[in-house]
Amino acid sequence: MKPAPFDYVRAESLAEAHDVLAAEGGDAAVIAGGQSLVPLLSMRMARPKVLIDIMHIAELDGIAMDNNTIRVSARVRQAELLAWPDLAVRQPLLAQAMPWIGHWQTRSRGTVCGSIALADPSAELPLCLLALGGEVTLSSKQGRRSVEAGDFFTGLMSTARRDDELIEQVSFPCRRPGEGFAFREFARRHGDFAIVACAAVATEKSVQLAVSGVADRPVVRDFDDASDAALAAFASELDTRDDLHATAEYRRMLVRELGRQTIEEARRCRA
Amino acid sequence: MPRLSPDARHTVRVTVNGRALEGEAEPRMLLTDFLRHKLGLTGTHVGCEHGVCGACTIQIDGAPARACLTLAVQADGADIRTVEGLAPEPGRLSILQEAFRRHHALQCGFCTAGILMSLNWYLARTPDPSEVELREFLSGHICRCTGYVPIVAAALDAAQRLRETGEQR
Repeated sequence: MKPAPFDYVRAESLAEAHDVLAAEGGDAAVIAGGQSLVPLLSMRMARPKVLIDIMHIAELDGIAMDNNTIRVSARVRQAELLAWPDLAVRQPLLAQAMPWIGHWQTRSRGTVCGSIALADPSAELPLCLLALGGEVTLSSKQGRRSVEAGDFFTGLMSTARRDDELIEQVSFPCRRPGEGFAFREFARRHGDFAIVACAAVATEKSVQLAVSGVADRPVVRDFDDASDAALAAFASELDTRDDLHATAEYRRMLVRELGRQTIEEARRCRA
Repeated sequence: MPRLSPDARHTVRVTVNGRALEGEAEPRMLLTDFLRHKLGLTGTHVGCEHGVCGACTIQIDGAPARACLTLAVQADGADIRTVEGLAPEPGRLSILQEAFRRHHALQCGFCTAGILMSLNWYLARTPDPSEVELREFLSGHICRCTGYVPIVAAALDAAQRLRETGEQR
């Protein structure tokens, strides 16, 4: 398997990357860690004319904290965020979910923003971003804008990012007092794509449950009453279908079972 | 801003196992092919070529990574370690390699280079892993011969010997 030919641009500033994106639009692809894009290139499922490497742009580096938000810039690799000493205190959901992303050998290169940009429907980071109500900062020659997670994921590997934009950073709200978090995933092998993954955020009044691996994008629901009947109703409404790995019915069953366990654990962690 | 055209070859400079090396690569050349065909380092094996099997695992800038998920041009300037760099000297195996031999932790050997490069890194930062931790870590590698039992045994044995000798390799 060999990728089709492309121009390779090593952007050294954000402005340079914006210029190329403005000129090439949909014919360009941004590469950061490349852990999903390189296989897509190799299988020729992606055939960009120009590849823009953003890993040499100094402005896109770093993990920052402000206003109770963790801001992760585009160059930050998954392993770097996982090794960030404050992670488990600031946002336990990320600390719980991130070890499930691929393997050590892919987290060492793959970036946090790259996973959000790809928007794989079974991926852990889009699920966490949605469950936490985070946001994505996009920029282009036209300027900068922020999009809430709920509006960012628009379908199967589709997002609100325009062709001339790149993701500059993603922001995850920090844990607030009284919140509890839990994450559960079912896959055939640790590191495989999730058949179903669940993330729950429990507060005093209600609990949010987000699920991935089921529909064409992660889905979140706010439950006042997380009874078995409410979970069953949620599972039955999800737009899922049979595939090679599991039937739709099996996925709904997993949403009910894993969902219940995840909610219970999040509530316990709140106490 | 460097822009490399698709049909030309560009010089890629890397440090491999402590030696500064360079070769020519088109932008679309994967690091696996660059190591094997341009630098002649055929110890790194090519399996699935989409990041699943782990056969091509090397160390890039001190962390284990799939060579098949990296373009050679992305690795320009990187510090790379491959299986050729494990043996302390010609004719002598590292403690980890020796443990693999003792435990018959390989049969066809296709997956071995990748597993060694992962374990070499892992045991340096986790000197006393449990079997569960090791198995979870090894989930990033596929071996179709051994059933993993001798690989886990070799890794646990190597970990113990590394602790006793205090050797890094």
